[in-house]
Amino acid sequence: MYQTIYHRASSVDEAVSLFGKSSEAKFLAGGQTLLPVMKQRLASPSDVIDLGKIKELQGVELSGDVLTIKAGTTYFDIMQNADVKKVIPAIAYLTSVLGDPAVRYRGTIGGSIANNDPAADYPAALLALGATVKTNKRSISADDFFQGLFTTALEDGEIITAVSFPVPAKAGYEKMRHPASRFALTGVFVAQTKSGEIRVAATGASQSGVMRVPAIEAALKGNWSPSAIDGVSISASNLLADIHGTAEYRANLIKVMAQRAVAAAG
Amino acid sequence: MSTVKLTVNGKAVAVDVEDRTLLVQLLRENLNLTGTHVGCDTSQCGACVVHMDGKAVKSCTMLAGQADGANITTIEGIAKGDELHPMQAAFRDNHGLQCGYCTPGMIMSAIDIVHRYGGQLDETTVRHELEGNICRCTGYHNIVKAVLDAAGRMKVSQAAE
Repeated sequence: MYQTIYHRASSVDEAVSLFGKSSEAKFLAGGQTLLPVMKQRLASPSDVIDLGKIKELQGVELSGDVLTIKAGTTYFDIMQNADVKKVIPAIAYLTSVLGDPAVRYRGTIGGSIANNDPAADYPAALLALGATVKTNKRSISADDFFQGLFTTALEDGEIITAVSFPVPAKAGYEKMRHPASRFALTGVFVAQTKSGEIRVAATGASQSGVMRVPAIEAALKGNWSPSAIDGVSISASNLLADIHGTAEYRANLIKVMAQRAVAAAG
Repeated sequence: MSTVKLTVNGKAVAVDVEDRTLLVQLLRENLNLTGTHVGCDTSQCGACVVHMDGKAVKSCTMLAGQADGANITTIEGIAKGDELHPMQAAFRDNHGLQCGYCTPGMIMSAIDIVHRYGGQLDETTVRHELEGNICRCTGYHNIVKAVLDAAGRMKVSQAAE
């Protein structure tokens, strides 16, 4: 790791002010992505500003039909949370198959979506559930937030404070886990909103990061069942290909994972 | 340089380290607690697992500064004098190790698993929960046996207290 200066912020305002005083600062949430990248010397921030002890970034709130998870809430706390398990159990499940127990104690939802790894799990949940990302400056819909590989709508020095999920009628997530990294080789989140809209998002599949899957959304409209997806054909163009799976393999995984996710959603 | 103050195995320490220092480096190089190992250095293998405020974390994936004020327990801190922790005893009795390199991390993760599940463990759960700890000798069979054995022993020792 290159030299860096470590700061611990005690509030969002203090973190923003520290950022403004640094030349090339990075915010540090759980550190489960940023630190490995810094250790590989692929990132060399002049300063790291630790958000981990900011109380206003911790916790889960359920208010009517909106579940709000504050950005610094760890995966462990999310998967244990009674409100999450009650109103969107698919999020609790997604979190339980993400990383490993030690990673889940440290990693946070805000860190995951700010990084927007093309194989991360949370972006699929946000996109399929039509979530809203709250920052210290504004609210951004998930549709606008994710903008391609490791790219988001966040501006320099902008901090995610929370994610709000409308409670869906039904939701499910399934993924083919990479056995070493536990990232999604391909994962699909399916959701039916309370107003009947169907939204399906796939992660780990596209060269442009998390994406909606309109063909599967159309197939599920009026027939919410795994078999409704039998006849859908997913194009392999613009899908990721690597030593773990070809684009054609991932195209098929989108379909199979979507079917399993619908079955899980019930 | 910053001064990091933390409690390690019950003892308060203050260490001057570069800001880029990882928790595992502070433990091994500044405090000479070399029972905590570095295996992969990429957050995957779990040889570096220690407890921070009672939770099993990968000490190679934390800056020392993030642990400022925390209570850290390493493999050196779990036995009571000459009496092994029930998890250590179970690893010995079940031959839950081959080369031993992954063992400190396995034991620290395993204790956390037993605490979380309150001893209500089965083989499938142990295997799933241990997925952040890699044994290059592939000696998982006896490791899992040891964890299940220790879960019973820890329940008994808790009940006795």
